[in-house]
Amino acid sequence: MSTFHLAVELDGAGAHPAAWRRASRAPAALLAPERVRAVVQVAENAGFTLATFDDSLLPPGGVGPVARIGAVERSAFAAVHTSVLGLVPVLSTTYHEPFHVSSQLASLDFAATGRAGWLVGTTADPAAARAWGRPLVEGAEALRREARDAVWVARDLWDSWEDDAAIRDVDTGRYLDRDKIHYIDFVGETYSVKGPAIVPRPPQGQVVVLAPAGLLPARLADVELVEGRPEPVTAPRPGLRFVELEVLLDTPARSAAERLAELDAHLRWEPGARLRYAGPPAGLVTLLTELAGVADGVRIHPAVLDEDLPELSARVLPGLFRGRIATRPVPGSSLRSTLGLGRPANRFLKTVR
Amino acid sequence: MSERQLHLGVFFQGVNHWTIWNAPQSGSQIDFSSFRRMIATAERGLFDAFFLGEGLRLRESGGRIHDLDVAGRPDAITQLAALAGLTSRIGLVATQNTTYNEPADLARRLAGLDLLSQGRAGWNVVTTDNAWTGENFRRGGYLDHADRYVRAEEFLTIARRIWAGWEPDPKALTALTTQFDVEITPLVPPSSQGRPVIFQAGDSAEGRDFAARNADVIFSAHGSDFTDALTFAEDIRSRLRTAGRAPDALRILPGTEIILGDTEAEAQEKARWVRLHQVTPATALAIAGQVWGLDLTGRDADGPLPTEDPVVPEETGEMGSRRWQDRHAIVRRWRETAEARGLSLRETVIALGPQRGHVGTPSGLADRFAHFVREGAVDGFNVSPYLTPDGLDDIVDRLVPALQDRGVYRTGYAGTTLREHLDLPPA
Repeated sequence: MSTFHLAVELDGAGAHPAAWRRASRAPAALLAPERVRAVVQVAENAGFTLATFDDSLLPPGGVGPVARIGAVERSAFAAVHTSVLGLVPVLSTTYHEPFHVSSQLASLDFAATGRAGWLVGTTADPAAARAWGRPLVEGAEALRREARDAVWVARDLWDSWEDDAAIRDVDTGRYLDRDKIHYIDFVGETYSVKGPAIVPRPPQGQVVVLAPAGLLPARLADVELVEGRPEPVTAPRPGLRFVELEVLLDTPARSAAERLAELDAHLRWEPGARLRYAGPPAGLVTLLTELAGVADGVRIHPAVLDEDLPELSARVLPGLFRGRIATRPVPGSSLRSTLGLGRPANRFLKTVR
Repeated sequence: MSERQLHLGVFFQGVNHWTIWNAPQSGSQIDFSSFRRMIATAERGLFDAFFLGEGLRLRESGGRIHDLDVAGRPDAITQLAALAGLTSRIGLVATQNTTYNEPADLARRLAGLDLLSQGRAGWNVVTTDNAWTGENFRRGGYLDHADRYVRAEEFLTIARRIWAGWEPDPKALTALTTQFDVEITPLVPPSSQGRPVIFQAGDSAEGRDFAARNADVIFSAHGSDFTDALTFAEDIRSRLRTAGRAPDALRILPGTEIILGDTEAEAQEKARWVRLHQVTPATALAIAGQVWGLDLTGRDADGPLPTEDPVVPEETGEMGSRRWQDRHAIVRRWRETAEARGLSLRETVIALGPQRGHVGTPSGLADRFAHFVREGAVDGFNVSPYLTPDGLDDIVDRLVPALQDRGVYRTGYAGTTLREHLDLPPA
């Protein structure tokens, strides 16, 4: 059986909307570079395969000061402070320019030497259209269309340079082989993109694409994020499935129930469609072991990063590694290879040259 | 500080034929290690800033991808956010376009870079109007040429409001201008330098006025000849007065190339080596082809100039299509030069190429630069290395100490922010 992959969401102070009340630092320090660095290093040392960074151009919900640095910038900064952790920013597809999104992610992949991913986001809130100054994208179908087109464009652009397009041919004076660089000529319903990319093909060939289950057509995502308990797999399917899981653990000082009650007194953490676990670390090891039978991985949303991440690191992940349910990423691996995805062939590569 | 100080920046170019890719020591243009190496050298040399360019469409000539020059570079802000984690003092300046970006997104990205670098971010504001670049973006080529600075200025005004407008309790700001109708909640608190430092490089009268009104630093093309540099600086200072700003409210950092040798003769020899590696036979034919409006591929670059008359093609967004305005006059000048000096096509291209900067010994150039800065012709230079990633080594190891000896260059960083390095008034 293939290994079970462990992802963790590292935005802000944690998944609980009042998490910042329990953060070990003052609210302003949550944005300090040392904090970004410290959190990703804890996640990497714990043995997670990848970290995601939530993002939006709109104020995050919850209580407390409203502040957030862009997820791509945080991921790039984290890249030089980590060596094996996959770095996966959320970038929305609803109003962002797909050309910029593609460049930013390819650049992150270079800075992280093959550890970049993209968690494909959508933005339903009309306030985003006002912030961008763009016509409102309304309804689930339109959001899916924009997501599909943006991912398609980004994938085309990543392939628009063949790996060996920079030939440095001194005799002919050519730095590039223009036959190895391709216009993508994407024409969608709402816009078109000519290409090629301004960034060469990223080290992974294709940055790993994660998306909420059902958002993208089959094969456009490498990893689907599933809310709720997944159905057992009956037929082979492309890509990987990760279960979304909110986690709040007993700490040496207090039980999960006490912690939740205290946090909820500030603002209640309403249960949503995601699975949630609150209790002792050993119970989480059991739950994850069960999930390993029905999914390829899990994305853990720690309630309070400063409290739950150390517990995950000390009392949950070691149990999974001991039981050979999961493994630490191997130094020098790309995110794709850690996930067992392989390096994809270039879609523009001619089969006969 | 009693004596005027020289400021140095480094411009990691990444798209034109001035970066030599065909020498044995030419490193990768895209591997992160190249950037890491160059910025470490610049910080060792106490530079004010590391500067990344941007172009939102791969260059073309004759309707095809231009294949003779280095190309393919990272997104500037993403790359600088990574480099912020490896450096502690040097400024990080991203070139970003106001036409194919929106204020809410770009102002936030820059503010994030500013916080992650603890006050070291800068933004080189560039404008574009051509529809050719627009083909990569949702709105296409929507902007009239006349509106590009209008949009840039409105963009910058909104960006400044975003940077100044953060509050712990979210508070939206609204803007309704000729180009924008937006409602934006600032999400990033100000860094220790207040806001990113604004760079601008426009050289037209419109561009200079834009810089005089808005910029903290002007990245000019007037840094090779002293009189030209001084004339430019006086012009900018006069425009600053008109804009109601103090004459020292803005730093003038011309882009330049610096070629060093132990002796004057060795420096000239080095310059010859550099030019021959920059202007390869194929590049010489391509440049002459732009001037003539003809495809000269396959001709002999070491032979004479083309005998045909130049053709004036339609203006596109392609390289060179706007640069050579009066082709007949240029061709006349090229022919006169080639004839008078007995030059081949390639030698003519080299001889009549743009003045790229300074060639000399470390002490000779240190004297020259001290003169430039003391007389107020420049505040410093933005150096374009001709080699990646080692192109700054001799400048840092040999020119910087000579400048320090003359008392015109810092011996340590006094502050931590880019604004402090540039000795700019608080934002």
